[in-house]
Amino acid sequence: MTQSQEGSLSPETVLQEMKKNGVTHVVWLPDSETNWLYLLMKADPSLTLVAVAREGLAFSAAAGISAGGKTPAILVQNTGLMESGDSLRGWALGLNIPVVLIVGYRGWTRHGVTQDTAATYTERFLNAFGINYYLVENNADASRISVAFEEAKKTKKPVAVLVGDEYHGFNR
Amino acid sequence: MFETAEMFKIFQKYRGDAVVVPGRGGRHWIHISTKPNRDVPLGDPAMGGHASFALGLALARPQNKVVVFDSEGDLLMGLGVLATVGEQQPKNFYHFMLDNECYATTGGQPVPNARNVAYDVIARGAGYPRAFAFDNLESFAINIEAILTQPGPVFVAMKVLPEVENKPIGQRKRWQTRTREQVLKDLRQELGITN
Repeated sequence: MTQSQEGSLSPETVLQEMKKNGVTHVVWLPDSETNWLYLLMKADPSLTLVAVAREGLAFSAAAGISAGGKTPAILVQNTGLMESGDSLRGWALGLNIPVVLIVGYRGWTRHGVTQDTAATYTERFLNAFGINYYLVENNADASRISVAFEEAKKTKKPVAVLVGDEYHGFNR
Repeated sequence: MFETAEMFKIFQKYRGDAVVVPGRGGRHWIHISTKPNRDVPLGDPAMGGHASFALGLALARPQNKVVVFDSEGDLLMGLGVLATVGEQQPKNFYHFMLDNECYATTGGQPVPNARNVAYDVIARGAGYPRAFAFDNLESFAINIEAILTQPGPVFVAMKVLPEVENKPIGQRKRWQTRTREQVLKDLRQELGITN
C-alpha cells in the first residue's frame, strides 16, 4: 500500500463497513466524494440504491425503509444535510429511526483556517439537533463507522459519520 | 371536487390488505378503516415527506401493497420524489394525492398555481406508467377497483374540498388515537417484522 492510500479512506472500506452492519438500502444524493463508492455500491447486488433529488427526502425515505424492517443508510454532503433540517427533525428524530448518516464533510481541514462555510456550520448543525458524530478521515478511522451503526441501533436515533477526506476518500 | 371522507368510504371497499399511509387524510381515515394495524397515520412529521416515507416502506416490503394519500402542498415541496419513484418502479406502490388547491391547515392560502397544475401529467412525465386524475366522485368510484388491481407505480390525483383550519396549532383537537411510536409498533407486529 502506498503512503497516499494509507492516508485516505477507500470506498471499499466504507462499503465493507456498511455491509458488515447489515445495510440493505442506501438513500443518497451524489457529492464530490462519492463517485467510486457509487460504482461499487451499484455493482453490489445486496444493496438497493435509492437516489433522491433533494436531501430532505432522504430522511423520510429512510424512515419508511426502517419502518418496513430494513436497514437504511443515508449518504449526503454536509450542504444537503443542512438543507434537510425539518425532515431530520420530523422523520428521523421524531420517529426514532436508527440510521447512520454518512456525510461528506465539504470544506473540512485539519490545518489552517476553514474557508468553506459548509464546514463552519456542519458540527454546529449536528449539535443543534443533538446528533452525535464521528469524524472519519482515513482507513484507520473506519472502525468508527461500525461504532456509529451500533450507537444508532442502541439509541434509536440518527448518528453521523463525517467523512473528512474530500477529493480523496471516495475518489481515486 | 369531492369530500375526502366520501372518497375514503369508497376506497375502503377495495383496500384489501394494503398498508395505508393516510397523510393529511388521516383524520377521516382512522374512522373508516377496518384494519387499523395496517394503517400508518403519522399526522405530519415534517411537511413534504409522506410520499417518500411510503416509497421507503414499499421498497422494504415488496410483498405488501402500499397506498399513500399525499397532498398537493406536500408534493410541491418535494416534486423530486416522482423521479425517484419513476426510477425505482415499485410495483406495490400506489400514490394517491388529495388536491384541495390550498394550504388548508394554515388558513386556506392557495398553493402556487393552485388551479392549473396537472399533477397526473407531471407524474407520468417523471416515469409513472399509469397516472389518473379525478374531480368527481362518481368517476373515481367507477375506476378505483381497476386502478388498484394494476401494478404500480400508479399515481392518482384527486380534487377534494378544502377543510380549512384557522386555529393556532396548539389549540387544535388532536385526531390521532395512537402515538407515532405505537403506530409503527403495531404495523411491525401486524406485518411480522421482528428485527
